[in-house]
Amino acid sequence: MNSIVTVLFFASIREAIGHDRELISSEGLHTLEDLRRHLCAKNIKYAEALETNKRWRVALNQEVADLASVLSAGDEVAFFPPVTGG
Amino acid sequence: MFTIRIQTQDFDLSQECATMRTRHRNIGAIASFVGIVRDHHAGDALSSMTLEHYPGMTEKSLGNIIKKAIALWPIIDATVIHRIGQLQPTAQIVLVAVAAPHRGEAFQACEYIMDYLKTDAPFWKKETTMGGSRWVDARSSDNLAKQRWTTPPAPLT
Repeated sequence: MNSIVTVLFFASIREAIGHDRELISSEGLHTLEDLRRHLCAKNIKYAEALETNKRWRVALNQEVADLASVLSAGDEVAFFPPVTGG
Repeated sequence: MFTIRIQTQDFDLSQECATMRTRHRNIGAIASFVGIVRDHHAGDALSSMTLEHYPGMTEKSLGNIIKKAIALWPIIDATVIHRIGQLQPTAQIVLVAVAAPHRGEAFQACEYIMDYLKTDAPFWKKETTMGGSRWVDARSSDNLAKQRWTTPPAPLT
């Protein structure tokens, strides 16, 4: 069975990576940190946007999460910069 | 009871107040906040501001903030409207209006909702000036504003 997760990018991260969403096979990826590393290995744009010393946030199924959170098939993960609304 | 709207079009505070007054007969006070696009930022003249958000998470996050406020104060009704898309200087960006029996809880809940909206709701601003476009940086003072609510609010007499 295919285990697919949806990954979304917003604001400056979306612009740096060049698109706003993609579908990723979560096979072998257990946590959000595994997913982040998997994305960073794709190319330099991801690696620069999602490097660990950059200020960005991650959400799992539309709730703010941390990188230790466990990833499951069907999850929606989003990477975005600190929010600036209001 | 509360209302959340994310929209490109403008809003009208008096109309939102009238809606709340029509819905409930026990409101004694409505406190409101309206955020406006300024014509400059960090010394540069601003030609426009573009707002992006995370559909789905935005509504969820604002709903959670309002529910936390409802648990802290006797709120009768609350309305949060946030605009998205391109806005010009002097345009309205955000409305928070809170109806309660008395002014104290209305003022406090309105500030609480706005403070949490600033740090928790997934909106991002991009400014366009003569020099080009740039994403607005998050301000640490917004986190400090939120932290004052981590101690329970003073009892209202």
